[in-house]
Formats: sequence, structure tokens, C-alpha cells
Amino acid sequence: MDMPRHWRLNEQRYNLVGTECPACGAKLFPPRPICPDCNCKEVQPFRFSGQGEVYSYSTVFQAPSGYEEFVPYTVALVRLKEGPLVTAQLTDMDNDEARVGMKVEMVTRKLREYGEDGVIVYGYKFRKPVADYLETEVD
Amino acid sequence: MRDVSIIGIGQTKVGEHWEKSLRDLAIESLWAAMADAGVEEADVLYVGNMLGGQFVGQEHLGTLIADFAGLRGTEAFRIEAACCSGAAALRQGYLAVASGLHDIVAVTGVEKITDALGCITAVGLAMAADGDYEASQGLSLVAVHALLMRRYMHEYGATNADFAMFAVNAHRNAVGNPYAMFRRPISKDAFEKARMVADPINLLDSAPVADGAATLVLCPAERAREFNGQPIRVAASAVATDSIALHDRRDLLFLESAYLSAQRAYQQARVSPDDIDVFELHDAFTVMSALSLEACGFAKRGEGFKLAQNGDISLEGPIPICTMGGLKARGNPVGATGVYQVVEVVEQLRGQAGPNQVKGPRLGMAQNIGGSGGTAITHILEAMD
Ligand SMILES: [Zn+2]
Repeated sequence: MDMPRHWRLNEQRYNLVGTECPACGAKLFPPRPICPDCNCKEVQPFRFSGQGEVYSYSTVFQAPSGYEEFVPYTVALVRLKEGPLVTAQLTDMDNDEARVGMKVEMVTRKLREYGEDGVIVYGYKFRKPVADYLETEVD
Repeated sequence: MRDVSIIGIGQTKVGEHWEKSLRDLAIESLWAAMADAGVEEADVLYVGNMLGGQFVGQEHLGTLIADFAGLRGTEAFRIEAACCSGAAALRQGYLAVASGLHDIVAVTGVEKITDALGCITAVGLAMAADGDYEASQGLSLVAVHALLMRRYMHEYGATNADFAMFAVNAHRNAVGNPYAMFRRPISKDAFEKARMVADPINLLDSAPVADGAATLVLCPAERAREFNGQPIRVAASAVATDSIALHDRRDLLFLESAYLSAQRAYQQARVSPDDIDVFELHDAFTVMSALSLEACGFAKRGEGFKLAQNGDISLEGPIPICTMGGLKARGNPVGATGVYQVVEVVEQLRGQAGPNQVKGPRLGMAQNIGGSGGTAITHILEAMD
């Protein structure tokens, strides 16, 4: 994968920008040029809040090439507050903490590196909301 | 449109063929199928393959295989639809004969996996998922299916162990298939102790990818009696798509592509699920067996896994699946798998399935799935009197 390919995804990876359909109100991530629900083509950019909850998850013990440094890591389908599911890693928590229904929020983290001289790719991952961490410390 | 018959089948053993190249495997199965049919030439060769470019560094496979198989000059090219490339090639072969444009069509599925290293294999297979929004987040194809399985277990109250009998059934059936990769039974206990690959999917939930090639020879039904063997009629051929990514599905736990392609196939063949005597489904992961049985009308939603537990899927049951070992134990030579499934249904309908012969089957169905359900291709075959 080369630089332009990652650069083109910056709005999605850093700001969670998808699309909203003005005709039926569907909110979509990733963005699409046509609404899959009503075929409207006048879709507009829509920035998601990054709040959501875990819909499903899996801890990966055998990683594809390029992701070995994170093993074992937990990936999830996160149901965003606005509706759509997004596929992403969970971060800043132990793998065995993951639960269906757990509240999470988006953060920016390193997705992978391409060797010593290659690019480092950043993007969205999800963690327990910071408010939860603060509560834990007070206890 | 003309009726289409399968008049020849050929296959290599599935496994690690260190001594054989992609072209060797393809030619071995192609020649076996042509000999089975008793034909010396073909009008067309379609090659189903997913990963030749990535794993072997070879594209242009139709021409390569036609040339080295002695069919130089023949129309030939490769067809790709991820893990259902094999069935996609058959679909094209079916259309070529049904349309009246071609009479003798060879359909070869081939994959050469074991030249690539394991971590590279995972990257290649993950190309069946959405590269920008699934694979780039560190998901293997196993992890994608693990997300499906976790949610299935969560919604329907199933446990890992509830899926064991899919793997046990497949391994039991592979014992009787000389072309299968793992010809040994496994116990429920071994399944429950298997190492996790991507939780909750363990090593025995997932089908092993391996090398292999299989070929079918097709012709118009009205000419089928001119050739060797016992012709089998293609009663239906149907393809449907869904979103490539899991997160874009309308309903995560319903394989819409499998449902749509099965419904279209049932309509074309004018049959219902009750009429199907054997079903080669796409058991790349045990959860996919459950979801396929549900989508194709053999089980209610959330109850597919129960068919494995009560023995309904065994060779003697009402809906035998994976009768020659399935992807799980015959092995999964990715782009060739869809052709293997149909070869095995032909063996059953001809009464040539040896110790695995289902009693007197008349209708058999094969369903090949691309990725986690992005594409599903269903064929229904019928024994001819
Ligand atoms: Zn819309």
C-alpha cells in the first residue's frame, strides 16, 4: 500500500467522516456515493461523534503480515451512536475486558508501520470512554 | 436457452503439493475431466482462481493453462470472485452453453497456496474483505468471521462447543474421500481443546487453505449422450451479491446473498429445500455452515447449529452436508473450492461416492460463498434417468 492510498482516507481515519442521505436520513460509514437504502445520489458528508458501543468483538492471535507487533489484539464491530457499524480495533484496555454492549469512544492510534523507512499509518481505534477511566481512579 | 449437462469431472488431491505448480495441478484435473467425458478438445476454458497473482506471481491463467494443456488457440480466461471464483467460472461456463454460443466448455478451478508464507497467506485471503475498512484495521478473514460467530453466539445463546459437530461431521466424511486433505476423524473433545485463532474461532472451526484443482466439462443436454459417463443436468445456476464488508450488512446474522441465490436457484429448478438430497455448503468456518443452512431454508434463524447437534447433516440424515469432507476436511483450495463442491455433488448423483454414498439422491445443491457473504453462487444438479 502506498502513500496516496492512505492520504485519500484521512477524513475517514482521523475524523470519522461518512455520509448522510438527505432523502431518507440514513447515516453511513464508510462514505458512499449513493444511498443503499433509497438510491439517492445527493448524499452529503457527515462527521460522526465517535461514540458507540461494542456490537461484536474478537481477539486475534494470528495476525496478517504488518500487524504482528500488536498480537494479541482485539477487533470489534462498534455500533456508532448515529446508527452504522464500524470495524476497528479496541485499544487502551486488556483484551479480556471486551464485552458486547460495552460503551466506547473513538481515538486516533497507530494502525501499522511499513518497515524502517516506510510510512506509519494512523487511524481510528476505540477505547472505553475517558470518563470511565477517571471514575475508576477515584474509586 | 438450452439445458446444460455436466459430462466430465476431474480433481487432484487437496493438500500441500510441493512438487506440483499451479499449472501442473490445473492440467492434471483438466485432463482427468476431459478423459472422464471422452472429449479431446474444448471450445472454451474458464479458470476460476483468486490468488494466482498474489501467491504465485502469475496472472493470465486462462491462456497459460490452455497452452500447456494442449488447447492453444482455445478461448480461455480467468474469472475471479474471491473464495467463490470456482463457482463463478462454472456460472460463466453454464451461460456459454445455455446461450447456444458454445458446445464443449471446460471449467477449471485452481489455487496454489503453499508457495506463500503463512502471514502472507492471511493478507491474500483478507483481500476478500474490504481493504480500506476491514483489512486495514488488522482483520484477517478469520477475524471477520469471528465477529460474525461472536454475535451469533450472543444473540442465540450458542457456545463454541455447539459448533463442534460441523467439524466432526466433515472429518468423518473426509475419511472416505481419496481426494481429501485430512482423512482422519476428529473428536468433539479435540474440537473443544483446539487452539484459538481469532476468538471464538479455533483451529478446528476454520477450514485449512491448501493447493488443489478441479475441473468440470459441460455440454448441451441434447448432446450429453454422445459422450462417456453418466450426464448430470444443471437444473439451476444463480448468483447474488451483498455488501462486501460485514459492517455494511442490513442484517449481520442473515446471509442475504446466500438467501437470494438459493431462492433464485429454487425458482429456476422449480424445487424447494425439502427436495434437496445433498447440500455441499461453504463451511469455511463452522458459523458459516449454520448461517448457510438458515439462509437456504433448511433451518429457522438462530437454529442452524442445532442441525449439526441432532445428526440431521450426516450422510444418513435428512440434509447431508459436506458429504466428501467439505472445506473443513477435504480442504479449501480457495478459487477451486466451488468446482470441487460441484464435482462432489456429481459423484453423489452418479452413485460414485463410494463409502460416502448418500442413498439414491436425485437433486444436489452446491453453494460457494465469496468472503464473509459478499457473493453467493448456488447450483442445483439433477440426476438424469
Ligand atoms: Zn437514503
